[in-house]
Amino acid sequence: MPLFDSLYNFARWLTRNREEAEDLVQETYSKALKGFGSFQPGTNFRAWMFRILRNTFLTSRTGLKGGMTISLDSEEGESIAPATTETPESLLMERCNQQMVQEAIEELPLIFREVVLLCDVEEMSYQEIAETISIPIGTVMSRLARARNALRAGLTKKIHGV
Amino acid sequence: MACDSWRSKIEAYADAELSADDMRGMGDHLRACAPCALDLLGSVQLKRAVKTAGTRFQPSLALRHRVEKELEAKSTPAQPWNWMPKKAAAAALVVVALLLFYGWSSSQQAQAFAELTDLHVATLASSTPVDVVSTDRHTVKPWFQGKIPFTFNLPELAGTPFTLEGGRLAYLDQAPGAELIYKIGNHRISVFIFQNRSDRRFPPGDSRSRRLTFNVETWTDDDLRYFVIGDADADTIHKLSELLKTVSRS
Repeated sequence: MPLFDSLYNFARWLTRNREEAEDLVQETYSKALKGFGSFQPGTNFRAWMFRILRNTFLTSRTGLKGGMTISLDSEEGESIAPATTETPESLLMERCNQQMVQEAIEELPLIFREVVLLCDVEEMSYQEIAETISIPIGTVMSRLARARNALRAGLTKKIHGV
Repeated sequence: MACDSWRSKIEAYADAELSADDMRGMGDHLRACAPCALDLLGSVQLKRAVKTAGTRFQPSLALRHRVEKELEAKSTPAQPWNWMPKKAAAAALVVVALLLFYGWSSSQQAQAFAELTDLHVATLASSTPVDVVSTDRHTVKPWFQGKIPFTFNLPELAGTPFTLEGGRLAYLDQAPGAELIYKIGNHRISVFIFQNRSDRRFPPGDSRSRRLTFNVETWTDDDLRYFVIGDADADTIHKLSELLKTVSRS
């Protein structure tokens, strides 16, 4: 089951809890098996599996509490230029260690955390992310830009000890 | 296109999500614009940091067994594919497994190429792109003695349009290797040499491809894996590759 590790990793980031992540993965495979007839050959199997996992999470108690409630005002029209910080980003990244990055990811609102993880950890294309979380590609791009800016801001704070 | 317009596309470029024309245009712009090149380096570093930090949790063997057991139990009675002949069902499973494995393997290879592209871009953006500065292959090659666990041959470049600029150590998957920088016109090309690996991170055999508008050629020779990568056109990359192949096989 090559997707098993990826789905579990993603589930842990969503739930932030080992037991819940395990239940979530188990339920995902169970639902996938039950609904395999609805999978359309030729479409993206990975996006289909991640979508089942995400939807299952969103309807769970933690998911309902977790909040996809960040303001999405003018999400499509937002500039996607990287945030400008006083420190050039390459220098910023040189000063970061892995723990700092993990903490910064953890602190991201769920709506940003998932999109960054799908893009950079799962290396999904914008199209695959759009299919997984059921939003238009333009929204994927602007949400990703906002998520990365939030991540940079979080890392900058950690480096400066704010 | 103005610099600000290109700057707004840097993340999409790092994500390999621009159109082919924009990828080329961005490549040209980056060669002429140091601030944008620095932004790209930052974006690539952030992506790599998230990749490393985000690949964090491993499922337990117990969970894997639990899920496999449940799937096994659920798939026996009254499943939609029970009407299928057993051979067809087995064939379908093999196809799904192969598709999954191929997808995984492609992703691993894409990651290896992405890391090499990062190394190449980082070298170009560095203020000290080479650790040994010399156009003489007899100076560059001995510099690697004792620094990497293998040796290699470098071609004589007299009569060719290429110039050797020097070399530096490179690391891929915690393994040391050699990076040689060649120049042709205004283009710089990196040649990476690592010990070959038997896993799926590297594509088997020789291959030529295009990643983020960089042309890449790779092959194995005598347990070494060569990668030639640069923004020069594919024919130029191939010519340099052929020079290296000839000398390494002589």
